[in-house]
Amino acid sequence: MGRILEINGPLVKLELPQTLIGEQVRVGRMGLVGEVIGRDGGTALAQLYEDTAGLRPGEAAEGLGWPLSVELGPGLLGAIFDGVQRPLHAVRTLSGDRIARGVAVPSLVRETRWHFVPAAQAGRTLAGGDVLGSVQETASITHRILVPPLLHGELLELAPEGDYTVDETIGRVKLADGRIEKLALFHRWPVRTPRPFRQRDHAVAPLITGQRILDTFYPLLKGGKAAIPGPFGAGKTMLQQQIARWCNAEIVVYVGCGERGNELTDVLEFMPELTDPHTGRPLMERTLLVANTSNMPVVAREASVYVGITLAEYFRDQGYDVVMVADSTSRWAEALREVSGRLGQMPVEEGYPAYLGSRLAAFYERAGRVETLAGDHGSVTLIGAVSPPGGDFSEPVTSHTKEIIQTFWALSKELADARHYPAVDWLESFSGDVKSAAKWWAQAVDPEWEHARAAALDLLAASEELQRIVNLVGVEALSSEQRWTLESASLLKEGLLQQAATDEIDSFASPQKQFALLAALLEIHRQGLKLVQLGAPARRVIQLPLLAQARRWKSQHGSDDLEALKAKIAAIPEAFEPLLEDYAAGAGRG
Amino acid sequence: MRQGQGGDEDAGGSGESGSMGRGKGWRHAMKHVEFRTAASAQGGLVVMAGVPGVAAGSRVQLRDHAGRLRSGQVIRSADDAVLVEVFEGTDALDLERTWVRFLDEPFRLPLSRDILGRVFNGAGLPRDKRPPIVSADRRDINGEPLNPAARAYPREFIQTGISAIDGMNSLTRGQKLPIFSGGGLPHNRVAAQIVRQARLLGEASTEFAVVFAAFGASHADARFFQESFEESGVLDKVVMFLNLADEPVIERLLTPRAALTAAEYLAFDLDHHVLVVMTDMTAYAEALREVAVLRGDVPARKGYPGYLYSDLAEIYERAGRIRNRRGSITMIPVLSMPSDDITHPIPDLTGYITEGQIVLGRELANQGVYPPVTVLPSLSRLMKDGIGKNFTREDHPHVASQLFASYARALEVRGLAAIIGAEELSDSDRRALDFADAFERRFIGQGEDEDRSIHETLNLAWDLLSMLPPESLIRVTEEELAKYHKDTA
Ligand SMILES: Nc1ncnc2c1ncn2[C@@H]1O[C@H](COP(=O)(O)OP(=O)(O)O)[C@@H](O)[C@H]1O
Ligand SMILES: [Mg+2]
Repeated sequence: MGRILEINGPLVKLELPQTLIGEQVRVGRMGLVGEVIGRDGGTALAQLYEDTAGLRPGEAAEGLGWPLSVELGPGLLGAIFDGVQRPLHAVRTLSGDRIARGVAVPSLVRETRWHFVPAAQAGRTLAGGDVLGSVQETASITHRILVPPLLHGELLELAPEGDYTVDETIGRVKLADGRIEKLALFHRWPVRTPRPFRQRDHAVAPLITGQRILDTFYPLLKGGKAAIPGPFGAGKTMLQQQIARWCNAEIVVYVGCGERGNELTDVLEFMPELTDPHTGRPLMERTLLVANTSNMPVVAREASVYVGITLAEYFRDQGYDVVMVADSTSRWAEALREVSGRLGQMPVEEGYPAYLGSRLAAFYERAGRVETLAGDHGSVTLIGAVSPPGGDFSEPVTSHTKEIIQTFWALSKELADARHYPAVDWLESFSGDVKSAAKWWAQAVDPEWEHARAAALDLLAASEELQRIVNLVGVEALSSEQRWTLESASLLKEGLLQQAATDEIDSFASPQKQFALLAALLEIHRQGLKLVQLGAPARRVIQLPLLAQARRWKSQHGSDDLEALKAKIAAIPEAFEPLLEDYAAGAGRG
Repeated sequence: MRQGQGGDEDAGGSGESGSMGRGKGWRHAMKHVEFRTAASAQGGLVVMAGVPGVAAGSRVQLRDHAGRLRSGQVIRSADDAVLVEVFEGTDALDLERTWVRFLDEPFRLPLSRDILGRVFNGAGLPRDKRPPIVSADRRDINGEPLNPAARAYPREFIQTGISAIDGMNSLTRGQKLPIFSGGGLPHNRVAAQIVRQARLLGEASTEFAVVFAAFGASHADARFFQESFEESGVLDKVVMFLNLADEPVIERLLTPRAALTAAEYLAFDLDHHVLVVMTDMTAYAEALREVAVLRGDVPARKGYPGYLYSDLAEIYERAGRIRNRRGSITMIPVLSMPSDDITHPIPDLTGYITEGQIVLGRELANQGVYPPVTVLPSLSRLMKDGIGKNFTREDHPHVASQLFASYARALEVRGLAAIIGAEELSDSDRRALDFADAFERRFIGQGEDEDRSIHETLNLAWDLLSMLPPESLIRVTEEELAKYHKDTA
């Protein structure tokens, strides 16, 4: 037992010899928990996960002997945890609407009995990550019970099929040194240590989010890393919620890191009511939430993203494709900045410590598609929102992140101001995965995908150039062909890129619908181009009713109603025919 | 030991759920002893030597040589040295003749129904020459974080009668929606108009209350609000917390917290719908910076400490609704943007925390438009969940979106016209220009006493949208066009 020497904000100096950096401590009569971040002789410096008001020098302190760890086992899905994995529903039962300090609740419910079906055989040698058996946790998710990653030995016995609580012994393993280790449905893992796997795999399939500007233009592969930077109000949270809602991953870990309480409440309220478009089950069954909202203690904020990624890795190790969204990684970086400031470390840029870049990189490195210890394939796709101060992308967190990720979905204030959502800037954004994604699209949807995508982007880039000219000298200075390019680009923006999350039909677009729309709008562009090249004035082509109609197609036909959309697409040439007759004839005569 | 509950509750403590957790750990043994061991004092901070076992965060009372009382708070505690932050500052403090008591409890606010109609200072003491509130229910003004699993998502549309807000950036009950403004702009008048006119559709005004907090505000501003409340006859429903421009700066750190503690009590104990108006958040943040500099905290941007975000969030996040509770806290903080710069850390961090912002602009104000709401950078994040078919009118979401899109395009045209001259514009561009002008004058602009119903606002929107060709309005549906657009209807 040690004691408190000094309290300074969330930092406490303890007389506590023989603790390790990172070790959990419990201090004071309230039993507040924290972690050691510095050592000096017999004293330890710890930061507490909860407010320290009321603590006094002289009160007791003890080291707990382990680093910050999470409980991994049945009962995770559908739950909401705080930044150190306390289950918030249970906390509410214990302490009411507000989170009282010192509330201790186990992360996984101890009372629930889970139906365990064994798969491993007694007598066999087991290695970490092997599958012991399974629990059907929800109708769509089979929770595989894994041997803790570092364990290796002979399985002496395994419980028969039956109902067990998470902490009942379901098996015993004899280790190489002869010690006997008990196994349960859950195990613990330290959050700052990546969970091991056999080897990294190539990411092969794109993550389908149903958002056209993402999937069609700036794809992200399953197992990839993406960042969503943008000023406040640009749509980071909505985009992440859309991804959590629609993406074709099997598990979604949603980390609310230093953001609004109501946003988590929103997710808690809508997720159970929506069905997973891929399994038809309630979305909440595949989702778990980690919440350290902006009014919750900052120290636990730093931990929350590690808790989230560890939960994600655990499901990856069961062979699932997992998506983790973190909103916002900037708040995590800021929490890091506060810790380093308190430790008196030298700040390098905007108060951030020199190791900001390497911490960010190491964190994102935990994403990836892997071959698991059990020989399965699983992936963690990591999507982090970035909240640059003043919307300035050159600030440290954005610029470091940009170097780490493959896919960059840059949100623009101008687009958001005009309520063009998702406000993903089609010129600033990038994806390093277009080539790989193209293979999938060519096979699964249409061989023309890569060309069509490039043609659309060219059109958008060209229109940006032309717009600059217009802003200088007016639209009259443009040729008919150039004016048609402007119009086609605007058609693409309004008819394809803009996608309202709030519109029931438009909210999600299947890859087939995405491509159909893209191809249709390009076809309109080509038809019109042919006309203006024949001498038709752009003004006349622009007045075709088809152009206003095509802008509405996205919200008139859902992904399951593609036939009607295709019929409209087939009729595109007809709309141009009357004009074509005029000008083709004119050209012929002339 | 883990639970640590009970036993240590402060004798006069509330035992209420609202203060349960933070109340833990305090004990009263020390309260009556005066120490005269001040070892040094500088810039608002006093170091006390030889007072072991002082609780972190404890309230402190200092008595100086003239017998005047000052208050403070323990910000660092070790057995050999306790660091105390003095709210009234350390000027003219004689260390030899300073007596210090550690009250061994956090700052608390006594609460009862009698706070309605009262005026308090920034630390929660009466400033209306009436007796102090006596109550066994005294709550830690820091509050405790609401569990996100206990919140109820705000969904009830509040009609403010102001078109720019109701039509395009609507407010919902339990939302935190600040007004971003600048020196000389009519933010006070707008805030007062909202307080006067705000009501729920189809609901007679039930139990409502207003909590008004001013920090760093001028006497004139405070008087303006007082008179405005008086005129609308709600003074007995208002609680005021005033720390004015010439009053102790550090006390400002307490003012919003005291005000919100009162608001929480009214909302969640007495079931009131509480509208909290706070002005000016910039003065608050500046006070925080001042203290951070004294403490030697590492600055992040523009000298503001890195924890400004979390600190502001502790305040703003106290707005909201709670499951199974009737009351609500709707918050309208007023904030002046230094040099009208929305990227300045104070508006920037605020925008990252609040559920949108109403931005007032100098350009519109100079043209005589009241309220000068610059709609494009304005935003209500909760609007989408509180408007439409079952809330306001089915066309509302689309109309709002269309107004934003059409106005944004019209502003581009206006920029173009400034360069190439309006004569050079195409026909459709000229219509856009006319739309922009009419929109600013008739839709955004309105009287200070004009209280428009949401139907009037939406109908007005259609009058304006009808100035544009229907085929250019693709954010509204074809059915809505047929029903409301003047060219097609
Ligand atoms: N894809 C979208 N569809 C419709 N509305 C959106 C979309 N993205 C953002 N919005 C609107 O913008 C607001 C702000 O978006 P949000 O995601 O909260 O921004 P950020 O997280 O970047 O601050 C939302 O409340 C919503 O009204
Ligand atoms: Mg957000």
